[in-house]
Amino acid sequence: MNREQIAEFGLEAERYELQADSQYHFDLNRRQFFKAVGGSIVVFLLLPGDEVLAQQESGARDRRAGGSGQPLPQEIGAWLHIGEDGTVTAYTGKVDVGQGSRTELTQVVAEELRIPVTSVRLVMGDTDLVPFDMGTFGSQTTPQMVPRLRRAAAAAREVLIDLAVAGWSVDRKELVVADGKVNDPSSKRSFDYGQLSKGQKITTAIPDDLPLTPADQWKTEGQPVPKVDGRNFVTGQHKYVSDMNLAGMLHGKVLRPPAFRATLESADIKEAESMPGVTVVRDGNFVGVAASNESDAKRAMAAIRAEWKTPPQPSGREIFDYLKKNSTGGDNRSGHSVGSMEEGLAAADKKLAQNYTVAYIAHAPLEPRAAVAEWKDDKLTVWTGSQRPFGVRSELANALRIPETNVRVIVPDTGAGYGGKHSGETAVEAARLAKAAGKPVKVVWTREEEFTWAYFRPAGVIDISSGARNDGTVTAWEFHNYNSGGSGIRTPYEVANQRIEFHPVESPLRQGSYRALAATANHFARETHMDELARLVKMDPLEFRRKNLKDARLGAVLDAAAKSFGWGKTKASPGQGFGIAGGAEKGGYVATCAEVSVDRANGTVKLVRVVTAFECGAIINPDNLKNQVEGAVIMGIGGALFEAIEFENGRVLNPHFSTYRVPRFNDVPALETVLIDRKDLPSAGAGESPILTLAPAVGNAIFDATGIRLRSLPMIPNGLKSEV
Amino acid sequence: MAATIELQVNGKKLRASADPPRSLLSVLRDDLDLTGTKYGCGEGQCGACTVLIDGFPQRSCQTQAGDVVGKQITTIEGLERDDKLHPLQQAFLDMGAMQCAFCTSGMIMSGVGLLRRNPNPTPAEIIRFMEGNICRCGTYPRIVAAIRQASMGLKEAGK
Repeated sequence: MNREQIAEFGLEAERYELQADSQYHFDLNRRQFFKAVGGSIVVFLLLPGDEVLAQQESGARDRRAGGSGQPLPQEIGAWLHIGEDGTVTAYTGKVDVGQGSRTELTQVVAEELRIPVTSVRLVMGDTDLVPFDMGTFGSQTTPQMVPRLRRAAAAAREVLIDLAVAGWSVDRKELVVADGKVNDPSSKRSFDYGQLSKGQKITTAIPDDLPLTPADQWKTEGQPVPKVDGRNFVTGQHKYVSDMNLAGMLHGKVLRPPAFRATLESADIKEAESMPGVTVVRDGNFVGVAASNESDAKRAMAAIRAEWKTPPQPSGREIFDYLKKNSTGGDNRSGHSVGSMEEGLAAADKKLAQNYTVAYIAHAPLEPRAAVAEWKDDKLTVWTGSQRPFGVRSELANALRIPETNVRVIVPDTGAGYGGKHSGETAVEAARLAKAAGKPVKVVWTREEEFTWAYFRPAGVIDISSGARNDGTVTAWEFHNYNSGGSGIRTPYEVANQRIEFHPVESPLRQGSYRALAATANHFARETHMDELARLVKMDPLEFRRKNLKDARLGAVLDAAAKSFGWGKTKASPGQGFGIAGGAEKGGYVATCAEVSVDRANGTVKLVRVVTAFECGAIINPDNLKNQVEGAVIMGIGGALFEAIEFENGRVLNPHFSTYRVPRFNDVPALETVLIDRKDLPSAGAGESPILTLAPAVGNAIFDATGIRLRSLPMIPNGLKSEV
Repeated sequence: MAATIELQVNGKKLRASADPPRSLLSVLRDDLDLTGTKYGCGEGQCGACTVLIDGFPQRSCQTQAGDVVGKQITTIEGLERDDKLHPLQQAFLDMGAMQCAFCTSGMIMSGVGLLRRNPNPTPAEIIRFMEGNICRCGTYPRIVAAIRQASMGLKEAGK
């Protein structure tokens, strides 16, 4: 990405989340939709005007969206269908990459239609069948898609009641909807949904005054419903994209440069072309092969002689200097300034200036990128594991210079993403090879390709300068983030004088979103610095935070974590340490207490126990939520303690699980999760925010045990020995 | 001419090509369409490709297909008996021991191998044995709980 593009997107680190390709898709009109699903009852949720406007504005940065003045079609947010056999099918552009969205959204539809979850079919991430969706990121499935499907399902229920009223000539109020039937208790008559919808062709938009089931009356939502289709996963029957096998399908391989930014000088493909059954494509800077099996594809790839030119580029050991020296100035959108730093520092009894760093890390989803592409005449269908099916459709249309209406992208439930599968490289590779071969082609990246040619969580430098009075009042807070991003950059504490800025940088490595984006880095720096300030003014770290905090929800999770942990207890041994941290992002409130045990003789650090308190409004599925919190904590251990991409002059030096260490069974401490269910508040997403406070809580605990302050993530890639 | 080999997979005799020499993982997935066994790294580092060879868990990506001729190969597809899940498969469902579930086949095969060797493992023994299997979603505590539950179920069944 060049400087001009950085200026265009504003935030390099969040460009994937802010990107708004090709707005206002409504390729599938209602007539086509009926053809696809048959007659019966269809409910469309038209987005309210403000949401359409918001999408329009977020799309304004994208040149392709253009301001051509063409009339915008009414934007549809969700649709739902009840067939003549009573089957309920809901359609959403969200995808399930393991975060449990399929189960959660299914529960929501089942709740409002008063049917078991097994009676709902959810079509996800198929661009020919579902309404346009920006993508599955930013913890938006719960706050955005849950209310849409909830309203669509409730509207369908009301239509069914209308039909019963018309058929029986009874008072609407007399009817009871339960167990997939509309019942008239006085006459003991009942009709199931199939009977009611038979022969109907009803299309309805959703009224504003729709009766929705309040959270305290939920029967299906709020329950620990197990993973939908779980049996398919424990029996190996679920087909991930990498498992697909179409008739006549070839296996593709793509030639990779020896380093980032390397340019192809020459490629001799003659020998590969002469191999029987092998298709070779050289198109611009793309060189790829396809063959009937993987061995032949590998052999053909090995026969290609290519020469590359690699420009010199920064390496890992100098990255933090590089990021500070090459920043492109402040970004106004995430910047924040109030009061005067001079006055705030003058009012302080204690001042502190420190800098913090975070390394590039890899998502390393266990299923590497995969795509299967098939052309039928001019129409391209690609199955791929992506968090942005419509974004990938745009990428394909642009790369192959075909209209989007000729591209269909389908995303089966995928082997993880964590923010790392927003892009469509593999889809484009498979589509280009399939076009040349005239047969379907599957491309599955190797682990080494996934570690090298995907994108990384951005590295960053954070400088904080602050002041506090001896009574614990923070008086000044200046915070500069270089490159890692603007998410979660503001402090939740009440500080009269603040200056907060994010400074974008042209990153040497390809970078993009990662679970919770930069909020993890910003929380690490802020919550570590708060701990340092607390020590300076000789206050308990929890008391110090509470003194500067007005946010009741954040206060509640801090108190809940502290209570469950037993915060304030005395150490059982000198090597023991306790740490606390809190934060909030995207409607999720989280606090973590950590206990470590440090062996001073050999410098080993054992993470003994982690208590996480989490609150995200009304809980839709407590067990899935707990699973997400536990998973985020465990993933967070890697970034906190040992994960880092090592690189030198454009080459990743550790692109394998043997050299890039991810958390394993033995790294997991005793975990406790405290969930606060706020049925009075709307539900927010939870796939991201529980990761925020693990690293600072652990770092603060290590300080508590040793007096050693660690300000770089990962904190102890080689143990604490060198520090001790 | 491609050399073919005969493999004993999930109690059936199946033929596959073994020229040039190929990994068992490739044969299972590409020739026999047994795609429950996953490619996660190709280097024996993640355990997603684990199958049982004569009852012992082995990384199929590091196993040459030609080397397991005549041995009993069991994949995730071969665990069910009469439409009834293996107790460890059921325990994974009961404990919600998965998120994206891409690691699940390998986890279950490793766990079945462990239970065969040690029907009543302690949590520490489970952790030690399973250390070679990666769950990037971080469901490790649930997987330990699932193996514990299955071990108790197997003990009950054996009484």
